[in-house]
Amino acid sequence: MAVDAEAQFHVLAVDDSLMDRKLIERLLKTSSFQVTTVDSGSKALEVLGLSEDQTSPSAVSPEHNEIEVNLVITDYCMPGMTGYDLLKKIKGSSSLKDIPVVVMSSENVPSRINRCLEGGAEEFFLKPVQLSDMKRLRPHILKGRSKDQQLQREENSNTIIISSGGSKRKAMDEEPSPERTRLRFSTGSLTIL
Amino acid sequence: MSLMALREQLNGLVNSMFLEGLLDDQFEQLQMLQDESSPGFIAELITLFCGDSERILAELTKLLDQAVVDYQKVDAFVHQLKGSSSSVGAQHVKLACVQFRQFCEEHNKEGCLCALNVVKHEYYLLRGKFDTMLQLEQRIQAYESKQQI
Repeated sequence: MAVDAEAQFHVLAVDDSLMDRKLIERLLKTSSFQVTTVDSGSKALEVLGLSEDQTSPSAVSPEHNEIEVNLVITDYCMPGMTGYDLLKKIKGSSSLKDIPVVVMSSENVPSRINRCLEGGAEEFFLKPVQLSDMKRLRPHILKGRSKDQQLQREENSNTIIISSGGSKRKAMDEEPSPERTRLRFSTGSLTIL
Repeated sequence: MSLMALREQLNGLVNSMFLEGLLDDQFEQLQMLQDESSPGFIAELITLFCGDSERILAELTKLLDQAVVDYQKVDAFVHQLKGSSSSVGAQHVKLACVQFRQFCEEHNKEGCLCALNVVKHEYYLLRGKFDTMLQLEQRIQAYESKQQI
């Protein structure tokens, strides 16, 4: 699956301000992300397939689970569920905890920033969010995915060693090691890091 | 007026707004985000900003007219206005909001009333120029779409 560099990732943006939703949507689309915007933490949880008082997706509404979200970016100051509350719900859910979350705020309050980072947020953006900030999102998404793929590779690698072991003997007889290297790189799940 | 003249007028207006400090870097960001795929982006954002602002200014006027002022509510509205002015690059309005919040914190009614007047003044000044900007933009875009036919 070496298509991560071109893959369209899906970002869920949460902000109670319509203006800011329009802005973040444009920023994300311009940076080649697929975007869904919602105006509250509770709507965000619905999109993610969770209701406010659950920790795992509802079996009753399976269609929500079909929407794959690669990153959540949320405003901090929202009525009802704050961005911090949403962050904690996501990180507290067994099925959602690996989704990277970025928090935004118009106020530069160090204690707030630390609280969010300690709560599991990958980053904290100061508003107004800019195009240059969008570049910081992809690494967080890829980091999560390459963790999964590292596990995949380790699972697959046993098979490789056995087969390349065989061809290694052959290779040493007939050709130098590029054969084995080629085998390794042709295995599916390598990310362009 | 020719297309070129319209464009010159629009650029002149926007440049003067930058020079006077009415607009800041954030507006430049918005200009970068507007392209062929989203030609109405700035107009939409400006329209939303104006709608929000006027609603908030009306609420603030009402709140400060009370004998006992609810400073928490006042602050919440000013915070909102500060946020949207910041998002659209409305520098003077944003700065006026920062001042306003100071007076709120001090529960200073006179200060708040004064600050509200400053915000209104800055907002309506900006609004006039935004109106002209959007009109020019509309005329330019009409010209450009005619040319494509």
